[in-house]
Amino acid sequence: MATLEIRDLHVNVLTDDAPKEILRGVDLTIAGNETHAIMGPNGSGKSTLAYSLAGHPKYQVTSGTVTLDGEDVLAMTVDERARAGLFLAMQYPVEVPGVSTSNFLRTAATAVRGQAPAIRTWVKEVNAAMADLEIDPVFSERSVNEGFSGGEKKRHEILQLALLKPKIAVLDETDSGLDVDALRIVSDGVNRYKAASAEAGEAVGIMLITHYTRILRYITPDRVHVFAGGRVVESGGPELAEELETNGYVRFTGVGAGA
Amino acid sequence: MATGALDLEAGTQSGQPTGQHGLTAHSHGGEGLASQHPGERQSPGTQVRSGVAADHPVTTGKEEAWRFTPLRRLRGLHDDAPLDGVPLTVSATAPDGVTVSELTGAAAREIRGVSGYLPTERVEARAFESAPRSVLVDVPAQTELTEPVRIALVGQAGEAATANHLLIRIGAQATAQVVLTSTGSATLTDIVEIVVGEGAHATVAVLGEWSSDTVAVSRHHIQVGRDATVKHVALAFGGDLTRLYTSVDYTGPGGDAELLGLYFADEGQHLEHRLMVRHTAPHCRSNVLYKGALQGKSAHTVWVGDVAIERTAEGTDTYELNRNLLLTRGARADSVPNLEIETGEIVGAGHASATGRFDDEQLFYLLSRGIPEATARRLVVRGFFGEVLQRIGVPVLVERATEIIEQELAVTGA
Ligand SMILES: Nc1ncnc2c1ncn2[C@@H]1O[C@H](COP(=O)(O)OP(=O)(O)O)[C@@H](O)[C@H]1O
Ligand SMILES: [Mg+2]
Repeated sequence: MATLEIRDLHVNVLTDDAPKEILRGVDLTIAGNETHAIMGPNGSGKSTLAYSLAGHPKYQVTSGTVTLDGEDVLAMTVDERARAGLFLAMQYPVEVPGVSTSNFLRTAATAVRGQAPAIRTWVKEVNAAMADLEIDPVFSERSVNEGFSGGEKKRHEILQLALLKPKIAVLDETDSGLDVDALRIVSDGVNRYKAASAEAGEAVGIMLITHYTRILRYITPDRVHVFAGGRVVESGGPELAEELETNGYVRFTGVGAGA
Repeated sequence: MATGALDLEAGTQSGQPTGQHGLTAHSHGGEGLASQHPGERQSPGTQVRSGVAADHPVTTGKEEAWRFTPLRRLRGLHDDAPLDGVPLTVSATAPDGVTVSELTGAAAREIRGVSGYLPTERVEARAFESAPRSVLVDVPAQTELTEPVRIALVGQAGEAATANHLLIRIGAQATAQVVLTSTGSATLTDIVEIVVGEGAHATVAVLGEWSSDTVAVSRHHIQVGRDATVKHVALAFGGDLTRLYTSVDYTGPGGDAELLGLYFADEGQHLEHRLMVRHTAPHCRSNVLYKGALQGKSAHTVWVGDVAIERTAEGTDTYELNRNLLLTRGARADSVPNLEIETGEIVGAGHASATGRFDDEQLFYLLSRGIPEATARRLVVRGFFGEVLQRIGVPVLVERATEIIEQELAVTGA
């Protein structure tokens, strides 16, 4: 079981003008087999946190530490972080024209597992995972995310979660923009991976970033953290989400949660 | 420049990525469209056609056909640099039934222009007039080859300019593949004439693996016979500056030309491809697909694809596509497709052009899945070129091109 520890993390985003401070001292620990919901209004810095963990070059850590099982995550390159067991399902997955999804998945699995998966079991594994997420098999031959609808992109992110089997998964607004059916499919996918991972003894830890409480009906969090102004401002159990459902973020930001 | 009838995709793209989604197809239906780019024709007709260099003015660089080419780097090929360098060495591996011969003097002069070609530029006329020899590749009618004819041209001369002329004659109903490879160091003006007889099936592929100091200005002319099918493949990797102008004429109905190209420009390299497909005969097809990757400072590629459908060319079906992938900053890809239509009675006519960047977000996405950077770049470039490689149909060539692409990617350690 893995543990991700974030301590007093300060991050600037590099803009065309001066760097702008977004994260202002984030403290958070996510242990294996735990699901933490990070809830906050738009612009509070949730995606910045996710990208910073993954190592996006636009985000510059100015102070603080991030460790995965004691290893310094911030010293790792982007691909090293992924191979160390960190996975980010992006809010806006990127289109990569010319690279087929099947080739991409296999290359990623080879990198993360340290060796190329045996072809026969791999094909079965991919087909099963795609069927679970109700992804049409024709998608394997399409370019990565190219021309996928919003919902298809999100399902494709969860497909990668299932195949790359991370120790810590950061899901950045995987629920946004999904209709009820897609939300159920995606949530089932996350729960399925979590169960499989626990059974395999790895027990993934999940950071579920969301703006809405809706997904929490499908994925039960162990802890709920309210994120505002670039830091965690309050933490509690699932009941905190219920309070947000009723009152919005107004208590934390002075403004409503929005739509 | 594109007229108002076309959107910006069809205009000159000077390294301005249109994004990876920027690929736009333009289709011109059979509605009797007027000439689309009258100002831009680079076809013979208004130009001088002559095998005598003195009949052509010295190129100034202001001509439409030369506006992207840095003349300074041509070492006088376009002007009057003496063509007294050591000629290219030529070696051939030909299956039984095929003859490859070197002709000089009157015999050489006699075969120059048999494809209906006459030089339209001074640099070509210089080769036409004074290439020290002609190489003739003759595939007799009805011959069915199962192995490619392979011709290796090796530059010997470095800075001293030389010229070459080659004629590939594929007889009626024959099936043949001819692969030309160019290596070594040269300052060269050369002409390749390709005559594809009635009902023949021909592939002619050129692989440019010149050493990095080579300057080569080439003209290929293809005469497509009635019901003949020809595939022309241009692979450009090496050289300091290479420029290939490929023109296609049809002598009868039913001709089919597929023009494929793949280029990879590194720091400082100038790789230019120009095409002129002139549809005069009815019921002919042309399909153009060129893809290029660029990396490094001042890597520059130029692609200009002209297709003209004349009044007599009813039932024409044509499509051309050029895509460029900028792997690093500082590289520049110019891409200009032109389509001129003088008859409404066509099956289809379209063109598209796009220049995209392998951008930081795409790279980040692949890295974030654990894929190392070098592998990520390979994945993208292989995927990009795959469409062209799959259509070449000459396994030895595809293998070699794949190897070179891998080496190119290793160069930047990218
Ligand atoms: N690449 C960027 N360039 C400029 N500003 C950015 C960039 N990324 C984030 N920001 C700014 O940082 C703040 C937090 O953004 P983000 O982390 O996306 O919030 P959230 O995911 O909570 O909606 C916002 O004010 C946003 O405008
Ligand atoms: Mg966000």
